[in-house]
Amino acid sequence: MVGYLSKKLLLTLPTLLLVSAVVFVLIRLVPGDPAQVMLGDAADPSQLARLRHDLGLDQPIPVQFALWLGHALHGDLGRSISNGQPVLALVFQRFQVSAGIVLAAIVIATAVAVVAGLVAAWRQGGAVDLAIVSGATLLLSVPSFWLGLLLLLLFGVKLGWLPFVGYVPVTQNLWQGLAYLVLPVATLAITEAGVLTRMMRSSALDVMGLEYVTHARAKGLPESRVLLRHVLPNAFGPTWTLVGLVLGHLLGGIAVIETVFTLPGLGRLMVDSILARDYPVVQGCLLFTALVYVLVNLVVDLCYPIFDPRITAR
Amino acid sequence: MAATRLPRMPRRAGALIGAVLVGALFLVMAVSLVWTPYDPLAIDLDATLAAPSAAHWLGTDEFGRDVLSRAMAGARVSALIAAGTVAGAIGLGAAIGLVAGFVRGWTDRLLMSVNDAVLAFPGVLLAIALMAAFGGGAGGLMLALGLAYLPAVIRVVRGAVLSVRESAYVEASRVMGNSELYSMVRHVLPNMVGPIAVLASSLFGWVILAESALSFLGLGVAPPAPTWGNMLASARPFFSQDPWLGIAPGLLIAATLLGVNLLGDALRDALDPKSGG
Repeated sequence: MVGYLSKKLLLTLPTLLLVSAVVFVLIRLVPGDPAQVMLGDAADPSQLARLRHDLGLDQPIPVQFALWLGHALHGDLGRSISNGQPVLALVFQRFQVSAGIVLAAIVIATAVAVVAGLVAAWRQGGAVDLAIVSGATLLLSVPSFWLGLLLLLLFGVKLGWLPFVGYVPVTQNLWQGLAYLVLPVATLAITEAGVLTRMMRSSALDVMGLEYVTHARAKGLPESRVLLRHVLPNAFGPTWTLVGLVLGHLLGGIAVIETVFTLPGLGRLMVDSILARDYPVVQGCLLFTALVYVLVNLVVDLCYPIFDPRITAR
Repeated sequence: MAATRLPRMPRRAGALIGAVLVGALFLVMAVSLVWTPYDPLAIDLDATLAAPSAAHWLGTDEFGRDVLSRAMAGARVSALIAAGTVAGAIGLGAAIGLVAGFVRGWTDRLLMSVNDAVLAFPGVLLAIALMAAFGGGAGGLMLALGLAYLPAVIRVVRGAVLSVRESAYVEASRVMGNSELYSMVRHVLPNMVGPIAVLASSLFGWVILAESALSFLGLGVAPPAPTWGNMLASARPFFSQDPWLGIAPGLLIAATLLGVNLLGDALRDALDPKSGG
């Protein structure tokens, strides 16, 4: 177990280093001189040269990378070009909004998927199974931002049950804050439940074909106990792994949901910064999201033995 | 993912629905090349935001442009971008994956470390960031989306190569004295067609979705050229009063994705030796 944990942890370090190298290279791919962007077209050459020196842009690329990485490790991701705020603080503040939505959505989606997938597998080939599989496939095909717009139209505009423009932090006013989060969380949970349900059903079917399940039934155990005690624990592993991937998918796709629901999250910050050519912020968002994604998948891997103790033996 | 293992009837029905939906998409695309009810770019300020009617089946947008014509032209743009992206990512990814899986050793290790680092970025996020580097437009989109999904292709192809090259018939080919290259081209490559086809079908769906998301965010194809994503984006401010503006492009994206997903499932079932009828 300890060996498994330390191996996973050690393997993460080179990934993180490469991830930061990719972010660094990506931002260097952007055409144009950052100093020029910061100072605008009216800047004179001496000012430009001074800023380039301050930013380390006159150094060779490997030195620039080492400097940048050193700063990043100290939590210094630079300052926003458009408003001068430290990037890390900005990113962190916006991340809280996105993280809350994504976490709530994934918990709900997983809970729904486990139940639906298990029931579908249990009733394999029947009408219930067909309904669940069709529903899940349909959900897989609905773009989240479109579903968001439809929900907004129905519950926000037509029925008027929920607020549809704006945002109130939960810390400021709990109930009002939650009301703004219901639709975005529901949208993401609904769209992601599809893929998770299909995975859960598929792995539950694999497990149900195994002899020990037949044995459990032959012993005369009630179906509910067979499903919950024997099928569920062994079938949950693949779905759990998929949860990590879905989280990444959500972190990547959160920008569209934040656009639909006008939420001040990380995704929206990144898109706005791209449109405003605020590259330190873009870089910060990118690095931060990749970091979170890597860490989330690390946690998913580390939790895997809880659902499948055999894994540490390998 | 394992086979869906539904009874034969619903599975056939799913494949059929998928084929019909994808066929309809190609038909709409083909027709839009030669005919759309109106010029998709023609502005008519006397008929802005008109509700669906006999003259404009899906109504008109805020510039009085015919929504049906724009949706038809948008199908072409979206599908062309998706096809170009998938072709590029599969072509390059299969080549790199084959090499990595076959050469192994340091080349493989280096390629896969870089690949895994890029995989650490959610696809759409990477595409968003790449759009900053490549700028908007169809070309930039294809490049950004292709690069964003390339690592996934490399990973799948390499994994498949690794499992196929250990199989008995490849071993036999080697024992018979055939060169590594011959074994790869003659025996490994043909066995890659199945997994690659399944991957391509999923990829097509992802790219359609990602393209519409990027265009919705204002990072993809810029108006006035229509794509389903930017039609949804420009419909957003008017959505509460004129919902049809947003319903048509969204339904089209959903129908296309459903078709691609169902076809992909059918393909996977057909190629999965474990799945009986």
